[in-house]
Amino acid sequence: MTREPDEDLNDPEKQLAQLPGHSSRSRLERILRRGEFAITAELNPPDSADPYEVYERGSIFDGWVDGINATDGSGANCHMSSVGICALLTRVGYAPIMQISCRDRNRIAIQGDVLGAAAIGVNNVLCLTGDGVQAGDQPGAKPVFDLDCMSLLETIRIMRDEGRFLSGRKITDPPRLFLGAAINPFAPPHEFRALRLKKKIEAGAQFVQSQYCYDIPMLKEYMKHVTDMGLHEKCFIMIGVGPLASARTARWMRSNVPGVHIPDSIIERLEGAENQKEEGKRLCIDLMREIRDIPGVSGIHVMAYRQEEFVSEIVHESGVLAGRKPWRREPDLGDGAIIEAAEKKAEILAAANEDTGVAPETVESP
Amino acid sequence: MAENSKPAPAYVPAGVNPVRRIGAKYTIRLWSVRNARLLEWVYSTFAEALLRLHWLWNLIGYGRVERPIVFVEKRVKGFLFDCRMCGHCVLSQTGMSCPMNCPKTLRNGPCGGVRANGNCEVEPDMPCVWVQAWQGNQRMRKNQNIMNVQTPVDQSLRGSSAWLRETAKHALLREQAKKTGTT
Repeated sequence: MTREPDEDLNDPEKQLAQLPGHSSRSRLERILRRGEFAITAELNPPDSADPYEVYERGSIFDGWVDGINATDGSGANCHMSSVGICALLTRVGYAPIMQISCRDRNRIAIQGDVLGAAAIGVNNVLCLTGDGVQAGDQPGAKPVFDLDCMSLLETIRIMRDEGRFLSGRKITDPPRLFLGAAINPFAPPHEFRALRLKKKIEAGAQFVQSQYCYDIPMLKEYMKHVTDMGLHEKCFIMIGVGPLASARTARWMRSNVPGVHIPDSIIERLEGAENQKEEGKRLCIDLMREIRDIPGVSGIHVMAYRQEEFVSEIVHESGVLAGRKPWRREPDLGDGAIIEAAEKKAEILAAANEDTGVAPETVESP
Repeated sequence: MAENSKPAPAYVPAGVNPVRRIGAKYTIRLWSVRNARLLEWVYSTFAEALLRLHWLWNLIGYGRVERPIVFVEKRVKGFLFDCRMCGHCVLSQTGMSCPMNCPKTLRNGPCGGVRANGNCEVEPDMPCVWVQAWQGNQRMRKNQNIMNVQTPVDQSLRGSSAWLRETAKHALLREQAKKTGTT
């Protein structure tokens, strides 16, 4: 560990800049590219129009994670939108990872949202296909699936790197984003899964977060395929974990949440414990320690659905951060700066109107 | 418990789901995947024949043959692959398993929701289109094409003939190659 300390990461006064060779000013990108072991967590989106619920749920992770996933109708259930959550989180200086699912919006809506999110200050985007509408609370909804995760990745990569929409129309200031995708090493066809990651990297994925991992041997086999192809050098691989509240929850998740694979041995371990909730946490910590030591893994994504308050404890006890303190709230431009900028612009316009016929000089934005 | 549960609706139609299909047997579709190698050969031979007849299509006019060809194409591909006439046929790159039968219309590989038995997340009785595609692909001669990243479907081409579009495209490429060859 002879890494030089990055002063920017600990300077509370300024926003992170985009380093050369980086595709965004994302904090997560910087951490991963430095070779640090990164931690991200998933925020449970509120069923409410109260912004303070989002702030509260974000503040739970303060000081423990490098990025907060804002889910986009996960499990096809309706919650506050991911763009809305991201807008609130960036307002108070958190670094969200905006999830975009292809289930609910077509390519016109998605490309517009990407520009809007980048303007708000979102630096990380996670491209998902999305669960089918049958999994959620409104199975009568029309599934859109105009793009799939692969073409979504490619679309945003084209927007960022070539500065144009899918139609070819020019974007004057392209979104600077760190592009992510999802992987599920635990679903068939297993031989195709690593190749699918390769395809996602070709389409533009720079980091991936996996589905819940409860089967270490299966993950190791997948990671062997991945490292044999050298994919871990082109893309940062983060493995998903989550504490199980009880054996009953585990059984329910296994049969009701699409794509979750929980071996019987895990359920037996939970059933055998006196305090199942405590055992669930211990299990999660054990898994994290094992995952950290698998070659090619760059980080862990904690999905502690309805147990978000335990994330700090789990991360702390697992010791995967190795003493690093990952978080600080970044200073935001804030409302004051925006008002100032608007007033400055108004003054310049007024001055230009007084000297009729004289075009205003180039206006510098603050 | 019993008081709380809702009364059962009077009539529940069979096999109702977001993607309606006729005859939920999938038998022929699965046969096509099992015989992907044979169909690959049939398909390439047939494509060659269509390309040879380019002069004829040109003579009649591609616009005029479109309707009869669509009539045949829809029935043949519908029978063999449960074709949805998306107008962007990629069967040769997906192991002869039509990706438009996926309830999420995924064209680039299986989603993470595939069940442990290899069936679909949305329709538990249907074998996952992409698990089938992977198996079919293994049987084919050109099995690298499954790695191509497919662009989003142009919805305005829905219902048009993919056969004719491919033929016209290849004829154009052939002509261009000839031109660059002579000059």
